Amino acid sequence: MIINVDDAGDAPATDVNLREPVFRARGLTKIYHVGEVDVCALRGIDLELYAGEFVVLLGASGSGKSTLLNILGGLDCPTAGDVWFRDHDLVHATDADLTRYRRDHVGFVFQFYNLIPSLTARENVALITDIAEESMTPEAALGLVGLTARLDHFPAQLSGGEQQRVAIARAIAKQPDVLLCDEPTGALDVQTGITVLESLERVNEELGTTTAIITHNAVIARMANRIITLSDGRIVGEETNAVRSRASELVW
Amino acid sequence: MRALQRKMFRDLWILRGPSLAIGLVMASGVATFVMSLSTLSTLYHARLSYYERYRFANVFVNVKRAPETLKSRLAEIPGVMHVGTRITQFVNLDLPDMREPATGRLLSLPDHGEPAVNRLYLRSGRWPELERPDEVLISDGFATAHRLQSGDRVRAILNGRRQDLRIVGIALSPEFIYQIREGDIIPDDRRFGIFWMRRRSLEAAFQMTGAFNNAVLLLSPGTDELQTIREVDRLTDPYGGTGAYGRGEQSSHKFISNEMEELRGMALFVPTIFILVAAWMMQVVFSRLIGTQREQIATLKAFGYSSTEVGLHYLQFVIFLAWLGTGLGIGVGTWLGRGVATMYSRFFHFPEFDFHLDSRVVLASIVISTLSAGIAVIIPVRKAMHLPPAEAMRPELPPAFGSTWLESLAVLRRAPVELRMIVRQMIRQPIRLTLTCLGLSLAVAVLILGSFMLDGLNYVMESEFNVAQRQDMTLTFVEPSQGRVLSEVAHLPGVISAEPFRSVPVRLRSEHHSRRLGLMGLRTNGRLFRIANVHRQSQSVPETGLILSSQLARVLSVRPGETVTIEVLEGRRPVQSMRVAGLVEDFQGEAAYASIDAVHRLMQEGDAVSGAFLAADTRQTAELYRELKRTPRLIGASLKGSALIALRETIISSILLMRTFNIGFACIIACGVVYNSARITLAERTRELATMRVIGFTRGEIGRILLGELAILTLLAIPLGLGIGHVMADFVIRAAYDTELFRIPLVIARSTDALAALVTLLAAVCTGLIVSHRLARLDLVAVLKTRE
Ligand SMILES: Nc1ncnc2c1ncn2[C@@H]1O[C@H](COP(=O)(O)OP(=O)(O)OP(=O)(O)O)[C@@H](O)[C@H]1O
Ligand SMILES: [Mg+2]
Repeated sequence: MIINVDDAGDAPATDVNLREPVFRARGLTKIYHVGEVDVCALRGIDLELYAGEFVVLLGASGSGKSTLLNILGGLDCPTAGDVWFRDHDLVHATDADLTRYRRDHVGFVFQFYNLIPSLTARENVALITDIAEESMTPEAALGLVGLTARLDHFPAQLSGGEQQRVAIARAIAKQPDVLLCDEPTGALDVQTGITVLESLERVNEELGTTTAIITHNAVIARMANRIITLSDGRIVGEETNAVRSRASELVW
Repeated sequence: MRALQRKMFRDLWILRGPSLAIGLVMASGVATFVMSLSTLSTLYHARLSYYERYRFANVFVNVKRAPETLKSRLAEIPGVMHVGTRITQFVNLDLPDMREPATGRLLSLPDHGEPAVNRLYLRSGRWPELERPDEVLISDGFATAHRLQSGDRVRAILNGRRQDLRIVGIALSPEFIYQIREGDIIPDDRRFGIFWMRRRSLEAAFQMTGAFNNAVLLLSPGTDELQTIREVDRLTDPYGGTGAYGRGEQSSHKFISNEMEELRGMALFVPTIFILVAAWMMQVVFSRLIGTQREQIATLKAFGYSSTEVGLHYLQFVIFLAWLGTGLGIGVGTWLGRGVATMYSRFFHFPEFDFHLDSRVVLASIVISTLSAGIAVIIPVRKAMHLPPAEAMRPELPPAFGSTWLESLAVLRRAPVELRMIVRQMIRQPIRLTLTCLGLSLAVAVLILGSFMLDGLNYVMESEFNVAQRQDMTLTFVEPSQGRVLSEVAHLPGVISAEPFRSVPVRLRSEHHSRRLGLMGLRTNGRLFRIANVHRQSQSVPETGLILSSQLARVLSVRPGETVTIEVLEGRRPVQSMRVAGLVEDFQGEAAYASIDAVHRLMQEGDAVSGAFLAADTRQTAELYRELKRTPRLIGASLKGSALIALRETIISSILLMRTFNIGFACIIACGVVYNSARITLAERTRELATMRVIGFTRGEIGRILLGELAILTLLAIPLGLGIGHVMADFVIRAAYDTELFRIPLVIARSTDALAALVTLLAAVCTGLIVSHRLARLDLVAVLKTRE
């Protein structure tokens, strides 16, 4: 894969020794009311994510991973508990504050890409750079994920992996502080999955973006600084990789 | 351009079918709105400036014969700026291109220069010279109808003497914008014309030296018209004044006002229907669009687009669509307006009548369409704005299909799967279903609204000509004549029978209500001209007492058995009260009848007659006409058939034009609604239908499921639309066509209903076929592969 590094941006913080927490969550609880029943998606999560860190979230289906990520991303509010992004209180924020927060700090990558089908790759990225303050050009962002040749293709004209890379370009184009990815390779084959992971790895390394990735694939966990395992709405395990694998070395 | 805007245009392109449908319906509404209001404003301003520039009088009065010295006394009435005194006379015309006689109204011009009041616009030629008594100006309409030019001659009978009048110019007057003979309801430029001559010639011909029989007064603004009229009446009374009246009772003015009233009614009613339909279509399309774009909306929000930005995005979309429709509508409306203006210029005679697109109308239509579009999508757009982004990431839950009471019907349980699917789908969306049905029924209603007037007019014509007016010809005399003239008339060639009538100008009063009109004295046992009601039943004329049209009774607020005061405006001008013997619910706006004997008693006169109704042998009409053209006492011989032809030429051609527009508009509504509904159903159920195709259902079966619902709805909509159409027609009749001048009954022919149903059905079927063609091209693999 050829990656164009020229536009990569500021000095990266590859190592996570700074120990500066970007996110702080305490006693995070989320209860969904479905008719008569209460579904408890999160049951008291305490968590810290550090600047520049690459974290993988593992856990069975329904364990609350997406819920947690959505709350960190300011898409959803917890039923109880506190979440702080640096000095932003995400729990007591208004809708406008959360919009501002997402606009300025967060990049999302979703399992099903969620590209706007009526816009080309370039325009999908432009959609975000239009409203961001310090963004790179859509071309630069797409270059970073190796899609310079596909700028004017519509999502329907791209493969799943290419679409997901457009989604990554879109998420990183505004140089967010955090990148939250919900099963980014879930819908992809091995080879494509690895290409996508390489893109994420580069962004994390070169832009120093704090990255959290949800996956069902334990192999991917080898890329992470830290692996957090959820079960039934609780954190049941946390390990740190002494040695991180490169995305290109992964096999599954 | 920002990416979000680009998305809007791409979405618009994807939705081009439904957008086109919406745009066209919107355009139809705006077009009717712009057309009728701009025509109204054109007419209003044309009349206003014509009146001002050509000094149209405010008060009019006819007298028997008044000395010219009265003029200065009239001019001294406070508020009177100018007085014009004139000699006017009706004459019998003998035109080479017409077998029957025509009527001319001679009107004097001052001996020198131009009239100060009711000035003339000289379209061509020059003013008549004082030294040449046979020179005349003729009215524009009459000249056009007979292709007369300066230099041509017209033969007329002036006071018993035949004379050739030489045309030296063609003129228009604000007094005769609508050139109609007093008492007629339809203008007939062929049979009625105005002739202006120098006063000296008329004085000589009618022994009126130093006298006048008609005066027109121009008032300064703010003058109390009623007060002036009273003053004029006081001054003219000794000279046989027949009662002054204002513009409100001047026939040309009255007819134009009437037309403006109708335009106003149309401007409000029809566009409202279209805009409602367009708004509803927008609501449906945008609910669907926002439904399918849930995840896109959530993505936008996840990346920091605010709810407001998302809301504005969709609002911009719908408003852009509305503006496209409005722009098209303004264009088409202007085009239609020009067409209508051209049509109008055939029976409204203005020096210039150019269609003006009124900028306020344009602005109003933009505001209305923008607002209605905004309101239409307020619910779906709010839904988009309030969509929680986390939730929207999850695919929408499959719709909840519960068992309903309908399902438990035994019939349905045994019905084929397709029918059950259709019924379930229908039950699930009762509101949209009702609205679709309503939309289609409005198409039916629009068709009825466009056609029913013709049915009404046909009904009126048939009733009038077969039940009420069974004479072949009506003769009108210059002056009331002795009764024995009747036996002369009866001896004219080909005349089978003749019945006299006596018509006198009167003012009917009841308390503070009053009306000027002609009281018609008829034979009690008349067979040629009868009083007939809207139900085509004839009513006998009572020996004593009055029969009033119910419209007139309403105006005077009198009931049978009560009395009204009759002030005769002719001859010795007796005043008497008379009992209302009965009412007749007829097509005339305001009419009063009595027996001819009762009128004679009222007038304290012998057996004077104003004219006669004739039954004539059609084989001898040529000789009869030749004879009539030579009769000096005659001012008019109107032929039953000619009125009919005149009606065809003027009103009906305009109604037919409107009907053509309406058929077009209704087709747009019907196609738009069906297309829209079918496309939405297709979009919502593509996966389901594709799945069914995959598991072995045929294309036909799938088509039936898709279109079955629409077929059922169309069949329901037709009777509903007929009902709505009838109610609306009744409303329109009351709002616009129940005027003082004439009334058109609410008659809707079977054929109109059938046409409305058929056109809607055809539009629905054609559109259905187009949509099912799309279904045939459905790419099963692609559909099933995409994740919704
Ligand atoms: N909007 C919602 N309404 C009701 N229940 C919900 C909602 N969202 C999530 N849940 C429930 O909360 C629990 C946690 O859901 P979540 O989506 O966080 O799981 P997950 O770990 O991401 O699972 P998966 O790996 O399948 O994506 C589940 O039991 C789910 O059913
Ligand atoms: Mg999940």
